[in-house]
Amino acid sequence: MALLDIKGVTRRFGEFTAVDNVSLSVEAGEFFTLLGPSGCGKTTLLRMIAGFDLPDAGSVLLDGEDLAHRPPEARPVRTVFQSYALFPHMTVEGNVAFPLQMAKVPPRDRPQRIAAALEDVRLTGYDKRFPHELSGGQKQRVAVARALVTHPAVLLLDEPLAALDAKLREELQIELINLQKEVGIAFVYVTHDQTEALALSHRIAVMNHGRVEQLDVPSRIYGFPNSRFVADFIGQCNLYSGQVVARDGTIVAIDVPSLGPVRVATRSEPALGSSGTIALRPEQIRIAAGAPADAPGNHYRGTVADLLYMGDVTVYKVETSGGSRIEALLANSQGSGAKFFEVGDQVEMSWPVDAGHFIAE
Amino acid sequence: MRKSGPWLWASALVAYAFLYVPLAIVVVYSFNDSRLNAEWVGFTLDWYRKLAGDGAMIAAAGNSLVIGISASVVSTVLGTMAGVAMHRYRLRVLPLLILAPIAIPEILTGVSLLIFFVMLNVTLGLVSVAIAHITFCIGFVAIVVRARLAGMDETLTEAARDCGASPWNAFRYVTLPLITPGVIAGALMAFTLSIDDFVITFFTAGAGTITLPLQIYSMIKISVTPEVNAVSTLLMLLTLVLIVTAARISPTLLRSTQESTS
Amino acid sequence: MVSGPPLAFLLVFFAAPTLIMVLASFRSPGEFGGLAPLVDASGRIDLNVDGYARLVTEPVFAQVFVKSAGYAALTTLVCLLLAYPLATLIARSAKKHRDLLLLLVILPFWSNFLIRIYAWMIILGPNAALARLVNRALAAFGADPVPLLFSAFAVLVCLVYVSLPFMVLPLYANLEKHDRTLLDAAQDLGANAWQRFWRITFPLSLPGVYAGAALVFIPALGVFAIPDILGGPDDTLIGNLIKQQFLETRDWPFGSVLSIVLTAAALALAGGAAWVARRSGGASRA
Repeated sequence: MALLDIKGVTRRFGEFTAVDNVSLSVEAGEFFTLLGPSGCGKTTLLRMIAGFDLPDAGSVLLDGEDLAHRPPEARPVRTVFQSYALFPHMTVEGNVAFPLQMAKVPPRDRPQRIAAALEDVRLTGYDKRFPHELSGGQKQRVAVARALVTHPAVLLLDEPLAALDAKLREELQIELINLQKEVGIAFVYVTHDQTEALALSHRIAVMNHGRVEQLDVPSRIYGFPNSRFVADFIGQCNLYSGQVVARDGTIVAIDVPSLGPVRVATRSEPALGSSGTIALRPEQIRIAAGAPADAPGNHYRGTVADLLYMGDVTVYKVETSGGSRIEALLANSQGSGAKFFEVGDQVEMSWPVDAGHFIAE
Repeated sequence: MRKSGPWLWASALVAYAFLYVPLAIVVVYSFNDSRLNAEWVGFTLDWYRKLAGDGAMIAAAGNSLVIGISASVVSTVLGTMAGVAMHRYRLRVLPLLILAPIAIPEILTGVSLLIFFVMLNVTLGLVSVAIAHITFCIGFVAIVVRARLAGMDETLTEAARDCGASPWNAFRYVTLPLITPGVIAGALMAFTLSIDDFVITFFTAGAGTITLPLQIYSMIKISVTPEVNAVSTLLMLLTLVLIVTAARISPTLLRSTQESTS
Repeated sequence: MVSGPPLAFLLVFFAAPTLIMVLASFRSPGEFGGLAPLVDASGRIDLNVDGYARLVTEPVFAQVFVKSAGYAALTTLVCLLLAYPLATLIARSAKKHRDLLLLLVILPFWSNFLIRIYAWMIILGPNAALARLVNRALAAFGADPVPLLFSAFAVLVCLVYVSLPFMVLPLYANLEKHDRTLLDAAQDLGANAWQRFWRITFPLSLPGVYAGAALVFIPALGVFAIPDILGGPDDTLIGNLIKQQFLETRDWPFGSVLSIVLTAAALALAGGAAWVARRSGGASRA
């Protein structure tokens, strides 16, 4: 049995359906992420697990027990808020002690548990400081320590790293992964940042308009998106839609307007004439000056219309003769970091049929 | 920041002068060795000495103090409750009742309470005045407390409940400590308003009870001596200390006194 | 429920007295002043509209109301003229100065009401410098000396004096929210300083102006201490009338009638101001 079970949960605000019949389960010890754009319902869902909101339909079960009649303070679920919500009038020690105080843990047991929690987040020695004396990263750690000190069954994190700058965010992401492994508690993490989700999670639920579009491990979400939305939301993606014009065993050919026939290997068996989309990651495309010697699969000629130099790699946006755009990613020269192509260069793009992923429509 | 021309500065200075020169004159003439408040003759502390020996004045001050403290305490408790209630729930009746005494001219509150007390055969005295003061002080405290609550981060109460606190514990350990400066500032404000009140006290004090403002009033109407200046100066000093203290305790006090238009 | 006690207190000591006063306005005056018993000697309930009738039939009362409204209106206007530059200056000054500047505006409000009136007694007194200066100037033109004290002038000056902070604060609160770049844009489009003020700043500040006007006009309408101390016999305003009725003439029913009318006027104005504020609230954020 899963630790946390969400069964058919729906939440409406007037005309607007924030969460639409969502079902998923979180296993013990898992780092589970709810990923999606703003307004997709991920925070609403999180709040219903925490108890700050109740579903209009469906139920939230923890270890098989329906939490509906339990107010937030009675649920063994702790939240790390986006704004950290540290009590400004208490020291770090006071903040971390608060859940222990509420749980009526005897005072003599508290110092040791507080010290352990602070050690877990690497803030030993900060106990007498006040929240306004801490940096953003330190505040976030206190918030995590406070949430973990009573060993909850599930830890909910609502975009905790959103307010931090990129470097700090990366550092804390790694710390969070390690922390989660150490304490072994199930994390339910909410974010709109797909790179963060891919980096941190055991499993990701991609949400859109209140529904779960795809629930899977990160590599499959990235490599085998099952809808245009997921393909587009996660990482950069070339998306080519058209009608299926041929099928030869596992290889399907789609006629993409202004590009021509594109072939992809797929296990699904679409009917001839049905619509489909091919999702192709930029790094899967080979870009060369002339036609390569081994030339299986798809190739197209085009001109480099735009490029984005990013230091280690360059993104090339190539326009084919038909007017289609192909986005390819190529690492820059090892020694000098120089890019290989310039705007206006004639190039040849190619990729094998097993690159790319077919999405039926 | 746009630069302000010299005309703006000049007119602003005139306005500030307009506000403070009259008060300064009262203070200065309290040290004036002359019965008439006309021109400066010489420095003296005689008027303050007279004040110290003025039994009626001291009795009046005592009354004002007693009324002030009791009115302040009660209106702070009730006002805080009202402020919390108005912040948490969308109430209709309470906000009206709270703010009406402040919105309408004081004379109306004074007169209606006069009729009320007389009809109930309540003797007019310290108690009637205290009750009258509480009626309009509640509003001020409620406004200050509500403003303080509005400025507080809502997620803190959620975080407290997430940490296992019942709604009452969340209020007791998180909300209350955070609004306490506002509550104290409100109490100081209420005390000041009570000490200074004239109009409402005038109607509800009855024949035997004299408060400081009432005593000043009879002195002004009957025989003006710089003793009035002296007591005014002391009163102003007291008020200054109280209000500055309140403003330091609760920096949002200024903004909430702007909230009189609801 | 936490709203219980304050609600109870105010219902008893504010709502009830107000209702009693409404009732009193329909009763008859007692023999020795105050109110006559509700049920008279023959067992009938003694209620009448004598008081209200008197208000309508005797023109002197309408005159007093008009005079009070006039004083209040004049006070509001002068306050607006004085407060606007001050509020603008504070709104434009650096953030760290603003609190101090505002505190300086509010502090006089916290001093005792009577002291503020008394101060003007001193300034406008017949022996004081100001009066002598004015009269000397008048004498130079051959005019009679004019008493500054116990006159409409004294009442108005003092009214403005006590009301000024109430005009400054709402005006400041509004002006501080103005988007500076609007004025830059206007200037860029060719508007001079006066045009910028009149066509952009002032219209956007109207909600603040209305709020300040309400805060000044309504109390000024019901003022009694100022005309009582600084005013002459011609300066009897509604507040003085009410005081007279209750404490001197002891015609409580009639005093109640006057009070009810004043309250109604005050509430109507307050309600009107709130309604205007709500309506134009959106425009100021344009």
